[in-house]
Amino acid sequence: MSPLEEVFRAEHGRAVAVLTRQLGSLDLAEEAVAEAFAVAAATWPTRGVPPSPAGWVVTTARNKAVDRLRREAVGTAKTAQLALLQAEPEVVDVGAVRDDQLRLLFTCCHPALAPEARVALTLRMVAGLSTSAIARAFLVPEATMAARITRAKKKIAAARIPYRVPEAVDLPARLGSVLAVVALVGTEAHSPAGGDEPTRDDLLDEAVRLARLLVELLPEEPETLGLLALLLLTASRRPARVVDGVLVPLDAQDRTRWSRVHLEEGQELVRTCLRTGRPGPFQVQAAIAAVHADAPTWADTDWAQVVALYDQLPATPVVALNRAVAVAELDGPSVGLALVDRIGLDRSPVFHAVRADLLRRLDRPAEAAAAYAAALNRTSNAAERADLERRRSRLSG
Amino acid sequence: MTQYLLSVVTPSAGTDEHQVPTPEQLAPIMARVAALQTEMREAGAWVFAGGLEAPSTATVLRPGGDDVLLVDGPFAEGKEYLGGFTVIEAPDLDAALDWGRRTVAAIGLPIEVRPFVG
Repeated sequence: MSPLEEVFRAEHGRAVAVLTRQLGSLDLAEEAVAEAFAVAAATWPTRGVPPSPAGWVVTTARNKAVDRLRREAVGTAKTAQLALLQAEPEVVDVGAVRDDQLRLLFTCCHPALAPEARVALTLRMVAGLSTSAIARAFLVPEATMAARITRAKKKIAAARIPYRVPEAVDLPARLGSVLAVVALVGTEAHSPAGGDEPTRDDLLDEAVRLARLLVELLPEEPETLGLLALLLLTASRRPARVVDGVLVPLDAQDRTRWSRVHLEEGQELVRTCLRTGRPGPFQVQAAIAAVHADAPTWADTDWAQVVALYDQLPATPVVALNRAVAVAELDGPSVGLALVDRIGLDRSPVFHAVRADLLRRLDRPAEAAAAYAAALNRTSNAAERADLERRRSRLSG
Repeated sequence: MTQYLLSVVTPSAGTDEHQVPTPEQLAPIMARVAALQTEMREAGAWVFAGGLEAPSTATVLRPGGDDVLLVDGPFAEGKEYLGGFTVIEAPDLDAALDWGRRTVAAIGLPIEVRPFVG
């Protein structure tokens, strides 16, 4: 990353957060910050980066907003906005910035917005990703993504979605929505719904970055730690997860290639969560990932512990499927298959792949082949398909 | 302050969700609605409210050149129709959603919350 890009990615969310409060408009704040960065792009390469780039961005964006409001203010409601902006002291302390960042996150993840709009807005406003980058990440045309973001911003303004940290009574539910958005970014990075790439490293880094911000802003909430731990442990497997463009499933990964830095930080966070003693779904998922991280090989995994942890999660079909995989290791493939066959996940390629593997281990090759075919029919991701083909080729006869 | 329209999304006759409440079922609903409206008034949130007759009672007027055409309504047949509404005034969407949530609890039907322009 160039110095400008680094400042941009680090400061975009903070600057938009501060200015949204000062201007009372997310849209205006975003435009002003974009203008400030345009000035930076024009002047920094020749004049150098200013001593306090963060402060420079907010001040320049403020000035741009004041200019714009002055031009447009004559005889309109914008006079009030202008007065508000000019009355605001320019120096903003760290605690206030922290509150602004929380406000921005809760606004972008407001439950009145569609889930895909929450993800898009959070990546655009908080993480500072460009619309085209977000569109690429979610495999939709840029125009579609731009329209999605515009519609969401319009709803925030027209319906008056408040720029506010929720009250304590609403906080657990509202925080759940924020965590879900960050988790979704991580899921999309880890197993893209389509395309040719096996994973999207940049998107996973983005999810980790957002989770770190959440931990920084809400250190008292153990679920934020749990989510960060889960994402770090997921990221730790990255170097072993794709080899020569082929997706390597967890049972076949070369664990010596796992990233120790990510793994150790993730495990440490899981231990912190355990000490806190206020478990939640993300902490439990992180604990499961930590059990895998502890095992030198797939066979050495403490499966009883994994099953016990899955039992603590809400029994969604996906949880039931993952639990069945662990049970198959603990009690044998026929017990696992009996559980899998009770799960209604016909549309999921993973469901059919799990069935296929169990049928293969039970020496039922015809049924296994049919299940691999069903899995292949349900994914368009090239790396996932390559892995399925490879597993199918192991069938005898 | 912004005004919001809380619409009662009512299942149309002929759909699975449609049911005509008996007088015994209706009485407690009406009592809950009345209590909520009183509370809205006392909070300074209430602007206007009303229940609507069935869509089959509607008449539609259309621009037709120099004339106005008059036809039997409703304008559009749907799985749901606007059964009634409350207009409230609230500082922001969260406050409006709060009244909306309580309206759902009182009536037992979905409520759409939509801001007025301006």
